[in-house]
Amino acid sequence: MTEAKLKRGGWSWWYLLFVVQFLVALWPPFYNKAEPHLIGIPFFYWFQLAWILVCAVLTATVYWATDD
Amino acid sequence: MADVNWVALSVFLALFGFVSWLGFAAARWRKGDLDQLHEWGLGGRRFGTVVTWFLVGGDLYTAYTFIAVPALAFGAGAIAFFAVPYTVIIYPLLFLVFRRLWYVCHKRGYITAGDFVRGRFGNRWLALAITVTGIVATMPYIALQLVGIQVVIGALGVGGSGLFGELPLLIAFLVLAAFTYSSGLRAPASIAIVKDVLIYITAIAAIIVIPAELGGFGKIFAAVPAQKLLLAAPGEHTTGAYGSYATLALGSALALFLYPHSLTAILSASSGRAIRRNAALLPGYSFMLGLLALLGFFVIAAGVHDLPAYAAGFKKFGNNFAVPALLLQSFPPWFVGIAFAAIGIGALVPAAIMSIAAANLYTRNIHREFINKNPTDKQEAQNAKWVSLLVKLGALVFILFVPTKYAIQLQLLGGIWMIQTLPAVMLGAYTRWFNAWALLVGWAVGTFVGTSMAIATNLQNTYPLSIGSYTFPGYTAVYTVVLNVVLAAVLTPICNRLAGRDQADETRASDYHEAPGA
Repeated sequence: MTEAKLKRGGWSWWYLLFVVQFLVALWPPFYNKAEPHLIGIPFFYWFQLAWILVCAVLTATVYWATDD
Repeated sequence: MADVNWVALSVFLALFGFVSWLGFAAARWRKGDLDQLHEWGLGGRRFGTVVTWFLVGGDLYTAYTFIAVPALAFGAGAIAFFAVPYTVIIYPLLFLVFRRLWYVCHKRGYITAGDFVRGRFGNRWLALAITVTGIVATMPYIALQLVGIQVVIGALGVGGSGLFGELPLLIAFLVLAAFTYSSGLRAPASIAIVKDVLIYITAIAAIIVIPAELGGFGKIFAAVPAQKLLLAAPGEHTTGAYGSYATLALGSALALFLYPHSLTAILSASSGRAIRRNAALLPGYSFMLGLLALLGFFVIAAGVHDLPAYAAGFKKFGNNFAVPALLLQSFPPWFVGIAFAAIGIGALVPAAIMSIAAANLYTRNIHREFINKNPTDKQEAQNAKWVSLLVKLGALVFILFVPTKYAIQLQLLGGIWMIQTLPAVMLGAYTRWFNAWALLVGWAVGTFVGTSMAIATNLQNTYPLSIGSYTFPGYTAVYTVVLNVVLAAVLTPICNRLAGRDQADETRASDYHEAPGA
């Protein structure tokens, strides 16, 4: 039943990984700081760049988990 | 302007010539009958994961983006980085919502958002509203791509004043128009591959070489004024810069895939699986865009804007000259040629896709709906080809005779207009609950209020919404699309009672996902 539902484009709990992406990206107080620096780059910049890569991995995870 | 940079110009012209040839040759790539609209306008829906990656990447991350985002970082600082959360949250939307749209469009032979809305809601006036919004929002976007070409041509030292000075732009545009006409979407798809490789080379070189020349990232960020380095922490009773940053990211993300050129690129994919894979692979471009945004700070650290050699360029193109000036200052002429070609060719790809998308919209949802109801396949494809020329001509005239700042302001308004199609298109992908007339009223009010708010703030993209003693500065598009959705929801029961529940919906629930066994 759950599998059939999934195949018909229903909800999957894996989609919560998308919610995580949204919440972090859209909550500036979380990353609007200079420290800690990484090779001279303030946190604000390197964290958001790193978050792109994390999100790509999260999306790939959802892809593999929900693809049949 | 400075003297002509011959070495850079030669490399630039060689690469430009190569992609022009490629654009024409593309007609024979994965050959199809170009007298059919879905062959000309969607490349036959035949692109797999890899080509889709290049095509969507080349389409969304435009030349103008690569010039404007660093220019904003240079001028305004940290706020420019909203492009990063923006490009983070578009991919879950692609994965979930636009996958459904891909399936239903594939199943029903839809080519545009207007086609989908027409089929889903059975209301041609709502489809017309979606169509007109798409075309009107796309026109200034095409014009902005030309600004990208203009800036690099200017930076190469070519061109002077008056119409004669615009001759290089005119030639570039004629070539673009000709290969789009003859090859359709196959042209930008093949050119996108070349363009993206060049852009990646440029971005990687810039992010390694320039910091080394300037003494490391520590020194670069030390040169950035403190108030530009981070978002200003909000004061009391306001969400301040945080609200602006988050809503700019959210609103831009929600609007992005509603743009006709985005949907055209998505629909040209050969499978829903190619779309989902790309949701995980396309962030590669976001990462590069984030790196390129840092170039704005490199410009500050290198002090390029104070060098007399670039004064004329900054005067003519404003902050948009920041990146070209930095590249000229940091790289040998031959590499400048490659980098500028990346930007110039980077303008051709989206400009071609945008004009194809606008042509598809006109042909399907205006001409076929209101003028000639039963065109032959050949007539339909021919019609679209001519309209694609007309659209580009319009953009060219615009950029030659109207100051650039109006194109930028119109593009900004375009985002506010485009997002008003969200209830019909994105919510429509999930539910047929809304009444078409209620959606139309929501669209009209959202468009009107959004435009008024933008004019009231002197065409800023954020509006300081006041509730009691609190102020919430935020992207106008987000505020007005909320109004739009609420209005459509409230009016739906009322419209159902007045006009009768209109059940016309030619799509079925099974159209929105992979067919079993497929």
